[in-house]
Amino acid sequence: MNPLLLWFYQTGSPANFERFAKRWSSWFIWPACALMAWGIYAALVEVPADYQQGNSYRILFIHVPSAWMSLFIYVAMAVNAFIALVWRIKLSELLAMSCAPIGAAFTAITLLTGAFWGKPTWGTWWSWDARMTSELVLLFLYLGVMGLYAAIEDRRAAARAACFLALIGLVNLPIVHYSVVWWNTLHQGATIRLIGKSSIDPAMVPPLIAMTIGTKLWFVGSLLTRTRAALIEQESGKDWVRRLLLPITSRGDTR
Amino acid sequence: MSEFFAMDGHGVYIWSSYAVFLLILVGDALAPRLRLRRVQRELAQRLRRQAGKGQSSTQPS
Repeated sequence: MNPLLLWFYQTGSPANFERFAKRWSSWFIWPACALMAWGIYAALVEVPADYQQGNSYRILFIHVPSAWMSLFIYVAMAVNAFIALVWRIKLSELLAMSCAPIGAAFTAITLLTGAFWGKPTWGTWWSWDARMTSELVLLFLYLGVMGLYAAIEDRRAAARAACFLALIGLVNLPIVHYSVVWWNTLHQGATIRLIGKSSIDPAMVPPLIAMTIGTKLWFVGSLLTRTRAALIEQESGKDWVRRLLLPITSRGDTR
Repeated sequence: MSEFFAMDGHGVYIWSSYAVFLLILVGDALAPRLRLRRVQRELAQRLRRQAGKGQSSTQPS
C-alpha cells in the first residue's frame, strides 16, 4: 500500500485518532490563548488610535481575524467533506462536521463585532451590503450543515448529506471575499495584503498577526477536541470506547 | 483609568465586541467537554442496565 495512505489509515483508525487528538489538542489551545491574550492587550493598550476612526477601529483586531477564520474553516470543512464523500472515510466525515460549529462561532463573532463597529463608524448596526449579506449567508450555510447533520438519524447518511451541502456552499466563498471589489458599498475595502503594501500603520501589524495565528491554533485545538468527542459518542458501543471510559464511568457511578 | 475604559465614547462598542469574542470562544471550548461528560454518563447507565440484566438472568427467581 502507498505509505501515505497507510499512515492515513493508521492515524485515522478511531482508537489511534482519539489518542492523537487528546495528546495534541492542548498543544494548540494554550499557545492560542497566550497569543490572543498578548494580541488583545496590545490591541487595547499599546496600539495608537486610528487617525480617522479614533478608538473604535480597535475592534479590527478581533473582527478581521475572525472573518478570515470564517472563510478558512469553511475551506477546511469542504476539503474534509470532499475526502469523506470520495473515499468514504469516517474520520473525515467527523472532521468536516466538527468544523461547522467552530466556523459558525467565528462567523457569528464577525457579524456581531461588525455591528458593534458599524454603529459608531457608519451610524448603523446593519445594512444589506454585499459583504455583510454574503457573510450572513455563510452563517446560514454553517447552520444548515449542522442542522442537516442533526436531522437525519443514520449518522453516516447524515454526514454524507451534510458534506454534500458543504461542498455546494463553496460558491459563496469567492462572493464573500470579492464582494468589496465587485460591489462598491458600505463595507470598506481590504487594508491588509499579503503581497504588496498594506495600508495600515506598521505598529498595528504585530497584534494582528498574533490574533491571526492565535485563532488558527485555536481552531486546530478545538477541532481536535470536538472530533474526539464526536468519535467517542459515535463509537460508544464499541469495546475501545468502553475500555477508554471505564475508569471514569466507575467513578461517575456515585452520582 | 476611566478614560481608558471610555475609549473616547467608543468604549461600549469596543468592550462589547471583545466580550462577544471571549464568550463565544469559551462556549466553543466548553461544548465538546460537556458532550464528552454526557456520553460518559450515558455509557455508564447503559453498562449498569446491562449488568443488572445479566444478574437477573443468571439468578432465576
